[in-house]
Amino acid sequence: MEVLDVLANGSFWAAALRLATPLIFGVLGALLCERAGVLNIGIEGIMTFGAMLGWMTVYHGGNLWMGVLVAGGIGALFGLLHALLTVPLGLSQHVTGIGITLLASSMSYYFFRLAFPANTSPPTVEAFKAVEIPYLSDLPFVGPALFQQTPLTYVALATTAVLAYTLYRTPLGLAVRTVGENPHAVEAQGISVTSLRIGAVVAGSALMGIGGCYLTLSAFNSFFPTMVQGRGWICLALVPFAYWRPGKALFGALLYGLFDASQLRLQVILGRSVPYELMLMAPYLFSILALALVSRKATAPQALMKPFRRGER
Amino acid sequence: MLLERREGTPLFAMLLAPVGAVIAALTISSVLISFTDVPVFDAYGRLAIFAFGSRLAITETLVRATPLILTGLSVAIAFRAQIWNIGAEGQLYVGALAGVAAGSNLTFLPPALLIPLIIFAGAISGMLLLLGPVLLRLKLGVDETVVTLLLNFIVLLFVRLMVDGPMKDPLAFGWPQSVPVPEIAMLHKLIPGTRLHAGLLIAAAAAFVVWIVQRWTVFGLESRAVGTNPAAANFAGIPVSRVALKVAALSGGLAGLAGVVEVIGVKGFASTDLSPGYGYTAIIIAMLAALHPLGVVLAAVFVASIFIGADGMSRSTGIPSFIADVILATSLIAMLLALLLVRYRVRR
Repeated sequence: MEVLDVLANGSFWAAALRLATPLIFGVLGALLCERAGVLNIGIEGIMTFGAMLGWMTVYHGGNLWMGVLVAGGIGALFGLLHALLTVPLGLSQHVTGIGITLLASSMSYYFFRLAFPANTSPPTVEAFKAVEIPYLSDLPFVGPALFQQTPLTYVALATTAVLAYTLYRTPLGLAVRTVGENPHAVEAQGISVTSLRIGAVVAGSALMGIGGCYLTLSAFNSFFPTMVQGRGWICLALVPFAYWRPGKALFGALLYGLFDASQLRLQVILGRSVPYELMLMAPYLFSILALALVSRKATAPQALMKPFRRGER
Repeated sequence: MLLERREGTPLFAMLLAPVGAVIAALTISSVLISFTDVPVFDAYGRLAIFAFGSRLAITETLVRATPLILTGLSVAIAFRAQIWNIGAEGQLYVGALAGVAAGSNLTFLPPALLIPLIIFAGAISGMLLLLGPVLLRLKLGVDETVVTLLLNFIVLLFVRLMVDGPMKDPLAFGWPQSVPVPEIAMLHKLIPGTRLHAGLLIAAAAAFVVWIVQRWTVFGLESRAVGTNPAAANFAGIPVSRVALKVAALSGGLAGLAGVVEVIGVKGFASTDLSPGYGYTAIIIAMLAALHPLGVVLAAVFVASIFIGADGMSRSTGIPSFIADVILATSLIAMLLALLLVRYRVRR
């Protein structure tokens, strides 16, 4: 059957991992913010600005890794804005997040349109090339799937491991996790809740920015408005699906990648019998389903979305 | 630094907050305008002229404001009850689709029956679309923020599917738009020769009704209680879930109404570019109005003027029209800060 052919093909899984990479960064970033107790709905805008600015840096002669750094930097900057508004000032995290998304998206489109006024085909840059790991990429099935990816995918996988290690095996990680569950306990230890939360949100937003620049520096090689297409929102849906754990977050992102990869191939297999729009809906429907399935059992960090006021009971 | 809630906020402070926020937003956005070689005051001057400088400009601004009033009301009602309805965009589109479906299929009815039926179909569809996520929240604890957001994308794809398929207009030379509603179902123009239509009256009436409901009915009080403190409301005997569902129905219905009114007032058909983000702009409008229904009308007109003005300014100066979105997003954040300053006192 054609479906089995597709599944047995290494390049299908390679595509799944490729499509999952921006989400790996995004989910890890959102996870880090939420673990510290702050919901960061600005993710869509931050990914957009990261995509635009990273691309713009490379377009103006920077090297690709400089672009990644810049994308992370602008993500961190917007994260700082979000953190300052929600942590010390305690503004509504929902509305602030929407504001950040709208601000970051519109600013990125503005600067992009300022640089490229004509509405012709967007200019391109030299994107990341796939890196073949010497011996492992020759393995029969796993080779093309896992070891012929672009560098940012390897960075994403490494980041998952680093984040998991940091969160669960270092004192800093313990502090971040505790500040999301019981900030008063952290304050009682003499650690500043505000600094921890701001730091976590800034770091998480930097990851989101890098996820965005993957789209323009690796997946595609140009930027156009609305290119993020709701991936940021899907990341937000995948965080509870991942039970707020980095390992499961990787799994969730890969699952999304599988959905996205399969809807492209399903369009070919099913042809005209099923409208292609239904296929395109699949990732979003999957995310809603994922959320609905786990929301009963998944326990959010207890202090999520509760502003911290010292001395308050 | 400690934030202490003020006992009562004087009215002039509440009115000053959005004004201050807008001024701050315009100031910050002028930094972006300074990247072009257009003088800032010249740019803003052109914006004002293109928004209000002629009769056509004013009517265009009001036409743009009509769906914004309705979606703004939708979001304001929901946010007041702490229901984070970010899906007004999707609700607008299903309302438009339902309106077109009703209008194009029930052509045998007289206008007096047809128009209310079309409006009803649109409102009901928007209502049903929001009830889904809110039910998910009440029964399964799923945060409705992300679900309503994702539904927007799903609905947009669904509209594309419909407009390219079953509801495609065979007479539109291949252009992807839906079959039109019949002429008799279109709303009357308020000023002949312009696009200003009776939908503006519907929107204003809706704002007035919402204000009355919120200020003088038990339901209004209950929804405010549920929004401020659900636990206390529950303790006081208010049926929190039922109130939440009623609020969701009202909110979704208003957004659906916005879609339907846009179809039978302006375009006459549904297409995928019916709404340039009205559902998201509604959030800005709701916050600028501090969630007050009458304030929503003013805020919607203001926001519409920024869009119309920026469109014209963009064509005449080359400044990207995205500046409007930047100004509005900045004013949202500035408004949040202004509300904080107005409602809280800073103590050391």
